[in-house]
Amino acid sequence: MSKFRKTFTGALVAGSAVVSLVSVAVAGKLGLGREASPQEIAGWDIDVRPDGQGLPPGKGTVAQGESIFIEQCAACHGEFGQGVDRWPVLAGGLGSLTHDRPDKTIGSFWPAPSTIYDYVRRAMPYGNAQSLKPDEIYALVAYLLYLNEVVKDTGFELNQKNFASIKLPNSGGFYDDDRETSEKQFWQKDVCMKDCKVDVKVLNHARMLDVTPDRKKSPKVE
Amino acid sequence: MTRNIAASTGLDRAGASRRSFLKSAARTAAAGAVVAAGGGTAIAAEGARHKGPNPANVPPEVAEWSRHLGAGVTDFPYGKPSKHEAHVIRRNVEWLTADKQSSINFTPLHELDGLITPNGLCFERHHGGTPDVDPHDYVLMINGLVDKPMIFTLDDLKRFPRVNRVYFLECAANSGMEWRGAQLNSCQFTHGMVHNLIYTGVPLKALLEEAGLKPKAKWLLAEGGDAAGMNRSIPLAKALDDCLIAFKMNGEALRPEQGYPARLVVPGWEGNMWIKWIRRIEVGDEPWLAREETSKYTDLMADGRSRRFTFIMDAKSIITNPSPEAPLKHTGRNVLTGLAWSGRGIVNRVDVTLDGGRNWQAARIDGPALDKSLVRFYVDFDWSGQELLVQSRAHDQTGYVQPTKNELRMVRGLNSIYHNNGIQTWLVRANGETENVEIS
Repeated sequence: MSKFRKTFTGALVAGSAVVSLVSVAVAGKLGLGREASPQEIAGWDIDVRPDGQGLPPGKGTVAQGESIFIEQCAACHGEFGQGVDRWPVLAGGLGSLTHDRPDKTIGSFWPAPSTIYDYVRRAMPYGNAQSLKPDEIYALVAYLLYLNEVVKDTGFELNQKNFASIKLPNSGGFYDDDRETSEKQFWQKDVCMKDCKVDVKVLNHARMLDVTPDRKKSPKVE
Repeated sequence: MTRNIAASTGLDRAGASRRSFLKSAARTAAAGAVVAAGGGTAIAAEGARHKGPNPANVPPEVAEWSRHLGAGVTDFPYGKPSKHEAHVIRRNVEWLTADKQSSINFTPLHELDGLITPNGLCFERHHGGTPDVDPHDYVLMINGLVDKPMIFTLDDLKRFPRVNRVYFLECAANSGMEWRGAQLNSCQFTHGMVHNLIYTGVPLKALLEEAGLKPKAKWLLAEGGDAAGMNRSIPLAKALDDCLIAFKMNGEALRPEQGYPARLVVPGWEGNMWIKWIRRIEVGDEPWLAREETSKYTDLMADGRSRRFTFIMDAKSIITNPSPEAPLKHTGRNVLTGLAWSGRGIVNRVDVTLDGGRNWQAARIDGPALDKSLVRFYVDFDWSGQELLVQSRAHDQTGYVQPTKNELRMVRGLNSIYHNNGIQTWLVRANGETENVEIS
C-alpha cells in the first residue's frame, strides 16, 4: 500500500512538471515484473565473452570435434570448413583481407574464439539450435581452431581454463568507429548548386550485369 | 573464389554464372505507342501492362461498380489492399542467400508514398526464420550487473508508461550490393532494406531502472528468442538515451516477422541491433564481440583492418520515382519523389539534380521531418522528354551531407559491404525507361 501511494505521489509530481517529449517520467521503481530465479537465468544465460565469462564447465579435443563436425556441420560447411553452395566458409583465407576478394573466415577474420563458442551454442546446428552439450561445443571449437591452424595437434584439448588464452590471427585487426574524424569531409558547410560539373559520363550500367530478378516472376500472394 | 563473401553475406557482386536470371523490369518496359492524355503526352512505357481503360466503365457509360453492390462488412474482417495492388509486395533476390530462412526481402519503396511504411511491406531480415512466439509464454529477462535480475511478461511491459515514436530502421547492408558499381536494376533491391514506423513501447531505461543498474554497468547484450538467438552488444548510454522495447507498429501488434510480441528499437542505429523477439538483456561492463558485431557488421577497409561498432546510419536518400520499376510515363508535368533519413537526427534539406550533378535544386520536403525518421521529398517538374540523370543528396541537422559513392570508396575501398549511403543515380531515357547507372 505504502509503495503504491509513493508511486502515485511521484506520478503527480512528474505530471505537474513540464512534460518533455524525450523523457517520460518514471517515478522510481514501479514494482512491475518479478525477480528471475538462478535456475531461470542459468537456462537462458548462454552468452560467452572474450575473457571467458559465460563459459560452462567442460572440455573437448580436436579429434572429438572432427567427428561431431562431420556429423552435424559438414553438410553445409564442408568437411574442412570450405563451405557448400552459399553456406559460410569457416577456414582458410589467411592474409586475404587486403585482396580484391577477401575470404573472411574464423582464421582470417574473426577476432576471438569466444565468438565461435557463443555463436555455435546459440545458433548451431542450423535448424536444431541449442541442442549441443558444452563438451561437444568445446570439441567443435577445438576442431575449428585446428582447421584454421590456430592449434596444430589433433590431440589438443580445449577447456574452460585454457580457452581465454587462445588468440586468433586477426584479433588486432579491428578499431572503433572513427567516421567522425576519418570522414569529416562529409560534414560540409557549402555545397555546389550551380554549374558544378562540365562533363558527365555514364560509367556503369546495372543492366549490363543482368542479375536483377524479374518483377513478373513474383512470389505467390495468397 | 568469391563464394565466401557471397555465401556469408550474400552481398558479393554477382558473377557471370548468375546472369541467367530473367531480364530486368525496366527492360520489359520498352517504349511503345504514344497515347494522348490530358496535360501532356503519355508514353506507353508500360504498354504491355496497361491496355487502357475499359470503355464500359468510363463516361458517359456507368461503371459496373456503380450499379451493383460491393463486398459486405464481414467479407474482410482484416482488410487487405485492393486486388489491383497485388504486385505491391516484398520481393527477394534468390542468389543472395543460401536459403529462405536466413535471408532478406525488400520493401517496394517505388510503390509507396508519405513516410510511414505499411506493416505488411516492411522488409524482413532474419537469421533463423520467423518464430511463432506465443504471447502468453513470452517473457523478457534482464540479468547481469543489476541489483535484482528480473522477468517481465508482456502484460508487465504494457504497464510501464508508454511512448509513441516514429523511427526509420535501415539494414546496414542496404545498398551493399552496389559497392563495386551499379549491379541491381531496381529501387526495391538497391534501397528496399529500410522502413519507417510509429512504434508504441516503453523506454528501455524504465525496465533497467526496475532491475537497478550496478555502477560498473557499461554495455548491454540484447538477445532474441529466435532460432538464431541473435545477439548484439549495445552501449548502455544509448539504451538509457532513446531505446525502446516496442510491442506495437503503426498501432497494431508487431508483425511476427518484425519481432512479435516485442522488439528492441535502437533509433538511428543499424537494423541488426534492433533485436526482434527479444527474450533477454544482460548488463555487463564490456562488449561481447558476438558474431554479428565481428564476423558481420564490421566494415573491412582497404588496408585490411576493419571498423567495428559502426552503429550509426549515415544520412542517405533515394529517389523512388522515377526509378527502374517506376519509369516516367508522361512528358510535361511530372512528380519526382523520394525518401531521406539520417541516424544522426533530422534531415533538414534534400537537394535534387536532374542533369547528373551539374545543377542542383532544393527539393520540397512535405510531411513531418522528425528525428531519425524518413522524410518525404518532392520535385515537381516539366519534362520535355530529354535524357535525365537524377540524383538526390540528403543533409542532416549535424551538417553531414550525403557523399557520392566514389567519395565513400576513396575512404573505405570496395570490401566494406555495409553502410553504403552513397548518392544513387538513375538514368531516365527519352522513353521514360529508368536505369541504375553510375556516372563520372
